[in-house]
Amino acid sequence: MARQEQKKDVVIVGLGWTGSIAGIELAREGLDIVALERGHDQATVPDFKYPNQIDELKYGVRLKMMQKPSQQTLTVRRNGGETALPYRSLGSFLPGNGVGGAGTHWNGLNWRPQPEEMKLRSYVTETWGEEIIPEGMNLGDYPVSYDELEPYFTHFEKVAGISGKAGNVNGEIREGGNPFEGWRSEDYPMPQQKRTWDSQKFHDACTAAGYHPFQAPAGIASTAYVNPYGMQMGPCNYCGFCERYGCYQYSKSSPQTAILDALKRMPNFEYRTQSEVLRVELAEDGKTATGVTYWDEAAQEEVFQPADIVILSSFSLNNVHLMLLSGLGEAYDPLTGTGTLGKNYAYQMNGGVTMFFEDDHFNPFVGHGANGVCIDDFSVNQNDFGALGFIGGSYWRSGTFNGQPIRNMPLPKGTPSWGAGWKDGIGKWYGHAMSIGSHGSHMSYANNHLDLDPTYTDRHGRPMMRMTFNWQDNDLRMNQYQKSRMEPLAQSMNPDLMQSSFKDIGAQYDVRPYQTTHNTGGHIMSETASEGAVNRYCQTWKAHNVFAMGAGNFVQNTQYNPTGLVGGLAYWTVNAIRTQYLSNPRPLV
Amino acid sequence: MTKLLRILAALVVLGVVALLAFIFVPVQRTQPATELAADWQPEPGQGKYVMDAGDCVACHTAPDGEELAGGRAIASPMGTIWSTNITPDPETGIGGWSFEDFRAAMIDGVAPDGTHLYPAMPYENYRMMTEEDLRALYDHLMTEVAPVRNAVEETSLDFPFNLRFGIRAWNWLALDKGPGFVPAGASETEDRGQYLVEGPGHCAACHSPRNAFMAQDGKTAGDANFLAGGTIDGWSAPALHGEGSSLRDWSTAEMAAYLATGRNVHSAANGEMGLVVEHSLQHLSDADNIAMAAFLKGLDGDAGEIPATLASNAGPMPDAPADAAGKATAEMLTEAQPGMPEGARLYLDNCSACHFVTGKGAPEIFPELQGNSLVTAAKTKPLISVILNGADVPSTAKRPMHLVMQGYADRLSDDEVAELASFLRGAWGNDAPAVSAADVATVRAEAATH
Repeated sequence: MARQEQKKDVVIVGLGWTGSIAGIELAREGLDIVALERGHDQATVPDFKYPNQIDELKYGVRLKMMQKPSQQTLTVRRNGGETALPYRSLGSFLPGNGVGGAGTHWNGLNWRPQPEEMKLRSYVTETWGEEIIPEGMNLGDYPVSYDELEPYFTHFEKVAGISGKAGNVNGEIREGGNPFEGWRSEDYPMPQQKRTWDSQKFHDACTAAGYHPFQAPAGIASTAYVNPYGMQMGPCNYCGFCERYGCYQYSKSSPQTAILDALKRMPNFEYRTQSEVLRVELAEDGKTATGVTYWDEAAQEEVFQPADIVILSSFSLNNVHLMLLSGLGEAYDPLTGTGTLGKNYAYQMNGGVTMFFEDDHFNPFVGHGANGVCIDDFSVNQNDFGALGFIGGSYWRSGTFNGQPIRNMPLPKGTPSWGAGWKDGIGKWYGHAMSIGSHGSHMSYANNHLDLDPTYTDRHGRPMMRMTFNWQDNDLRMNQYQKSRMEPLAQSMNPDLMQSSFKDIGAQYDVRPYQTTHNTGGHIMSETASEGAVNRYCQTWKAHNVFAMGAGNFVQNTQYNPTGLVGGLAYWTVNAIRTQYLSNPRPLV
Repeated sequence: MTKLLRILAALVVLGVVALLAFIFVPVQRTQPATELAADWQPEPGQGKYVMDAGDCVACHTAPDGEELAGGRAIASPMGTIWSTNITPDPETGIGGWSFEDFRAAMIDGVAPDGTHLYPAMPYENYRMMTEEDLRALYDHLMTEVAPVRNAVEETSLDFPFNLRFGIRAWNWLALDKGPGFVPAGASETEDRGQYLVEGPGHCAACHSPRNAFMAQDGKTAGDANFLAGGTIDGWSAPALHGEGSSLRDWSTAEMAAYLATGRNVHSAANGEMGLVVEHSLQHLSDADNIAMAAFLKGLDGDAGEIPATLASNAGPMPDAPADAAGKATAEMLTEAQPGMPEGARLYLDNCSACHFVTGKGAPEIFPELQGNSLVTAAKTKPLISVILNGADVPSTAKRPMHLVMQGYADRLSDDEVAELASFLRGAWGNDAPAVSAADVATVRAEAATH
C-alpha cells in the first residue's frame, strides 16, 4: 500500500526548465504546488563551483551530470525488423539528471523556429504541392502559429537572458541580425556576444560570398543581467565549459540563474528530490488524472501524490515513457497509423567541415557553448524543396565552444590516434583548426517512433521504452546538399587542409557516438485527438487535467536547437492554464 | 585620631549605603516623550512593520530556532550574551510584561524585575523610537505573535561583567540622548530616514565607533563620530559618510537598492549586513529605504536626486571600464607577464573571471573590489574570511537570487591567500597595508572551529 501525501493543486513531474516555468507561474496564481524531481538538488555553489566543475574527465567523459542508464534508460533498434537492445552506455544523446535538468548542462543556443516550420505541411503543399512529400513521412503543421507564440518566445528570452541581435523587428530587417528569422516584437534582452577569431574568419567569408552572417543567439550572458523575476546573470568569461557542465559563473541561462531562487521563496511551492514518478493515476472514468505515484528513494517506498493538475515536465523521452505506462493515450502503430503516443519521434541531422590553418591561432580554449557566427542562407525558408528534392534545411555556425583537451583535439584525417605520430600531430595542429557546423532539420516518419519494449524492464519492473529510429533519405539528401554548399565556402577561406563529416545517403543510425540530445516528438501536438497526444495548449487529449511540456510536443523537429520553442510553448501552455483552465477545468479544445 | 576614625567610619557607612542604594534602589523608568490617548490603537500591520524596522528577529531568533523565541549567541567583548525569548509566552517569554515594562526595556534597558539588560540590546538607539511605534510593537508581540515556550540559556559573563548593577553607572554615561526623536528638519523624507536610522534601525550600534566605556560614540546626526565606522565581531562596519567612506560615491538610488536587495551596482551585503537585509530591510517599503538612503547621503551635505520609487533595473547592465586609478593594475593583469607578482597571478587564476582585470566586477552580481571597504578595511578578517570561506547575499523579494561566492580554503594556502589579499589591498588605487600568512592562519583556524 503506497504512502499517500496531502493533496496539492498541482503536481509537477521534473524540475528543469519547463517544470520551473510552470512552478513559478502557477505559484503566482496562488496554487499549492509540489514538484517531484527524480535526481538530486543542485545549485551554482557548491555543486558547480570552480575549479571542481571544469573537470573534463568527470563531467565531459564520465558524464557525471547525466542520467545513469542503471537508473533509467530505453532500448533502441533501427527498424521494426530488429530486436531492440538496451542503451546501456550513454552515447548518441545525454538526458540530464537533477534539479535544473538539461537546462544546467546545455550549450545555451536559444533559437526560435521559423514561422514556416510551425506550418510546414501547409507551407509545402501550398508552395510545391502534396506530391513532393515522400512516402512514410508524417509531415504536419503545429496546431499553433508562430504569430501566436511570438509573445511567449519574447518572454522566455527575457526570463532566460538571451544575448543576440535581432534581424527582424516587426518586419523591419536590421543590419547585422538574421534577416531570415521570424519577426520579433523586440530585440534580444542582452547585446550580442563578442566574436572569436574563427567566427570572424567565417563571418568575412560569408560576407564575401554574399551570405548573411549574424551572431548566434546565446543563453550565455554578454553583460550582467536582471530578468523579469529579478533573477540575475553575470557576464561570461569564455571559459568554454558549457555543454555537459553547470556554469560556475552565473553566466549560463538555466533554471538556477533564471527561476529557482525566486520560486523557492514562494510559500505555496515545495519540491522533493530523489522522487521518481512511476505513473500518472487516472480516475475511474479515465477522463482525468487523480495524481501521480512516485518512488521515494530515501524512504524506499511508493508514494501517491494526489493533485488536481498534473504537469509532465520531465525530459521528452521520459515524458513519453510515463504517458505510455499511464495509458494517457493509445500507443502509435506505424503499420496502421493509428494511436498517437510515441508517434513522430524525431532527431537532428547534422554535419560539418573542419579546416586547418598553419598560420592561424584560434585559441580554442576561449569560447562558450553558444559562441559563433551563423548563417541561415540554407535554412528551411530559403530552400526550394521542389527543385532540391528534399524537405528541410539547416543553419550553419562557426565558433569555438571549447578547447577541452580530451575530446576536442581535431586532427587531420590519417593522423595516428596514439603514440609519437599523434603527439606530432597535436604539436602541429592544436589551436590551428576551426570548423563550420550544419545543424539541420529532421522530419517525422512512420518508422521512427517510441513504444513499450516487450522484453526489457527497468528497476521498478516497468517495461522500458523502445526507440525505433533510423536516418531517412529526405534528411540525408538535405545533409548532402548542405555539404555541397559548405565545402566551396570553406575552400574559399584557403585552409591548408580541410575535411568534411556529413552522413551519406544510406547511412544507418549508430547510437554509440554522441550526436545531439535534441530528441523530439512522441507526445505531439495536434488539431484533433486522432492525430496526436496533446492539443494546441499541450493539454492531453486523454485527460484534461494533464499537461505535457517540452520537445515531446514537436510535430517534427525544426532545424534549430529546441530550447527556444520549448520555452515559448511552456509559457503559452501556462498562460492557457492560468487564463482559461483554472476558472473552468475542461478540455480547452 | 578617634575623630578621624569616626569620620572615616561615617564615610564608609555612607559609601556602603550609597552602594547598597546604587544596587538596590529601583531605577526610575523614563517617562514617555509623548502621551497617547488611552484608546490609541496601531494601524493594522504597523507593529509588524516596526518589528521589521527594528530587526528584532535577527538577534532574538536562534539558528534553526522558532522566530523571536531567543537563544541566539551574541558575541560581545565581555563574553557571549544569549538573546531572550520575546514571544508572549508567560513563563519563558514576555507574556507577563505590561506595556510600561516593555517600554522600560526598550528605552531604559531595564527588565520588569529591575535588573539591567546588557546593552547588546540596543536601547541606546531604541530610546529614540516614538511612543506610537513602541506601542505598536508591543501590541504586535503580545497579540500577533504566537507564544513559544523556550527557556533560553542564561547569560553568565565573567566577573565583573556578571554584576549587572554596574550597568546603572554605564547608563549614566551612555544614555545621553533621548528619549524621543529630534528631527534635523532637512526634508520630510530625510527626517523619516533619520528616524529609522537613529531609532529602530539602530545603525549606530555597528557603524559608530565605541568610546572608552564601550558606549556608542555618535548616536544621532550631528555627533562627530555618528556612523563614522565601527566594528562587529571582528568585522569592520564601514563609515557610512565622510571623507574616507567608500559609500561616498553611491547615489541615493544606489544606496536604497543596497538596503532593499542586499546588492547594487557597486557592492553586495554579506555577513552581519546580509542578516540585516534578510530580516529587516527587504521587508521595509521602498519609500523607507529611499528615506534612509537620502538621510545617509544627506550627511555628506546633499542627498542629490531622491527617487520616488526603486527602479526594477531589469535588463542588461554593461560592466564599467577601468578608471584612471585602476588603469595600471588592469593593464598589468591584461598583459599577464609571467613575472607578475604572485598575488596578481592568483587573482587572474581565481578571481578575475567575475571581478575582472578592472576590479570593477559586474553590476549587482559581482562586487567592485576597487575602493571596496571590506577589501581595504583596517580589520583584515573579513577579506581573508571571504577569500577562504566565500560569502553570500541573501535572497530578497526584489532580487531573489541567493548569490553565493564560493570559498577558496581548499585551493589556496595561507601564503597564497596572504599574497592575494595583499594584492587586492594595493590594486586599482587601493591603499591598505599587506596581510600576513599568520593573519590568514588565524582566520582559517577560527573558521575550522566555528
